[in-house]
Amino acid sequence: MNLYEYMGKQIFEKYGIPVPGGYVINNVNELKKYDSPVAIKSQILSGKRGKAGGIKFARSNDELIEYSNELLNSKINNLTVNKLLIERMINIKKELYLSITLDRSTKGPVIIISDDGGMDIESVPEDKIHKIYIDPLIGYSDYIAREALDYLSIENKKQFQDILKSLYNAFVHEDAMLMEINPLIIDNDNNIIAGDSKVIIDDNSLFRHEEYKIKDTDKTQLENEAANKSFTFIEMDGNIGVIANGAGLTMATLDALTLHKLKPRNFLDLGGTDNIDIVEDAFSFVLKAKPEIIFVNIFGGVTKADTVANGIVSSKKKFNIKQNIIVRLSGIHEEEGRKILLGNGIKAFPDMNEAIKAISKIYEVN
Amino acid sequence: MVIINKDTNVIVQGITGHQGAFHSAEMIKFGTKVVAGVSPGKGNTQINGVKVFNTVSETLDYEPYASMISVPAPYVKDAALEAIDNGIKLIYILTEHVPVHDTMEIAHQAKRKNAMLIGPNSPGITVVSESKIGIMPNHIFKKGNVAIASRSGTLTYEIVKAVTDAGFGESTVVGLGGDPIIGTTFSDIIKIYNDDNETKQIVLVGEIGGSEEEKAAAYIKKYVKKPVVGYITGRSAPPGKKMGHAGAIIEKGTGTAESKINAFKDAGIKVADYPDDIPELLEKL
Repeated sequence: MNLYEYMGKQIFEKYGIPVPGGYVINNVNELKKYDSPVAIKSQILSGKRGKAGGIKFARSNDELIEYSNELLNSKINNLTVNKLLIERMINIKKELYLSITLDRSTKGPVIIISDDGGMDIESVPEDKIHKIYIDPLIGYSDYIAREALDYLSIENKKQFQDILKSLYNAFVHEDAMLMEINPLIIDNDNNIIAGDSKVIIDDNSLFRHEEYKIKDTDKTQLENEAANKSFTFIEMDGNIGVIANGAGLTMATLDALTLHKLKPRNFLDLGGTDNIDIVEDAFSFVLKAKPEIIFVNIFGGVTKADTVANGIVSSKKKFNIKQNIIVRLSGIHEEEGRKILLGNGIKAFPDMNEAIKAISKIYEVN
Repeated sequence: MVIINKDTNVIVQGITGHQGAFHSAEMIKFGTKVVAGVSPGKGNTQINGVKVFNTVSETLDYEPYASMISVPAPYVKDAALEAIDNGIKLIYILTEHVPVHDTMEIAHQAKRKNAMLIGPNSPGITVVSESKIGIMPNHIFKKGNVAIASRSGTLTYEIVKAVTDAGFGESTVVGLGGDPIIGTTFSDIIKIYNDDNETKQIVLVGEIGGSEEEKAAAYIKKYVKKPVVGYITGRSAPPGKKMGHAGAIIEKGTGTAESKINAFKDAGIKVADYPDDIPELLEKL
């Protein structure tokens, strides 16, 4: 779950990390009377907002209204701006980088710091980035901040220590995958302030974080609808609808189609099921994505091949499917499954590559 | 012995649940010594001929070495810590959707107590003709000398069956799990397979996300003389999308299929384009 900047900053505030202070609006009527220069920041989940024109600075009430009107409901990096964060403008002396994320190799959190903040961390040279790996059973202690401070030009060392401690607490208690402050601003009075926030909360932790159970704007509408079903669905930009079982096999299916110069419309992992209704559910979903052809690729284990075959036949009738359905069935009850399909005029193959060749042929003929 | 053998005593935490009950029965059919089950509140009952207890500590009379954890995600951390604290040496977690902060803690506690962790979100481990802990279908295996490690479930079964159908057989098959943080990784398992006398050749089934495949490739290049075949899924995955597995995601340009395939090739690993190609790349020894 990716959080908007303003939500990340609400978390920072809750844990005592200084933020510029501001408010969020959904329409211009919610603007407060101008009293000092402000930044108007589009709340979209996208990097490089500034470059794309998503951040403007107002030095008068007229500008505040004008720019807010301009940004609200506009498209920045192809995303619609529904909310603006209006924030006090900071006098920037220096911009640093600070984040905590997960490190797969050490199986623990890693603190990443750099004296060069404000730009994408990927574009900062490796030798300007320092990483501190944390043992999650030890957690944060002040020696970690002392180590970090060796790599940063910061005068207000005590305040940095407090911020790092707070950020680590927030990272652990909010079940974050990432908490990034970029830039971490040092203002003209040497105060350290979180200029931006990028926070990702672990989807698997939402059972203990009800407050983050919001619509994930990182997903498309269909993907959000699918999230309420029992399978994973991801939209892609091709034209071949895909239903497969197991995340690995589904990925392998998309890869095999792509290697054959065919373009998948979606990723749909049916999961382990022995239930015709779930097969029908999967079809109803793939049909919403309006594919030209539907490819079903099943290896039967817990999922029985004949159950899936029956589900395909009933879906075809139920949804009056006009598209070609090409099926590859292998594993438990595969022969029964293929027999059921052939009896209903649906092409079924035991081998994935043979099935994909049949799809290529359909395109060649047309 | 590769991790487990026919004498390994196994308990199942969550044995009375739907998955726990079904798969413990399948494990017993395979030949696994399931010595006891644990289900809080279900003590003094029996399932599949196995005694059920409320706590792991009550099962210690049966000298369990390994525990299969099949409890809902919110309870996995507690169950795993209970097993580790009671001296269980192999912790296998079947459950998907375990919070990653819980996994971090489990992994580090396991390390401190010298316990091996497989998973979470893993189909388990099968040592053919010896023992199986997990959910891999019994009928796909044939005793042989190909060892397989993978981050997937169904795709692994498919590859195992293809290897079996092509006239080969398997020594050990391990599903490492589809999460971003997992206990046993490719670089751990490659060392085990390399030292195993039953294993003559190795298949690694990786996917996008992280850099474990690259690390394993570096190890193979240096130390492994046995033939290795590799396959990587997710070549066509759009960046930033979790492809079904929580760990299968290209983040900030890292974890791409291209990087893994290149690392494999650089280490002399034969890389299959399609899962069906894997048996053809195995050597007829």
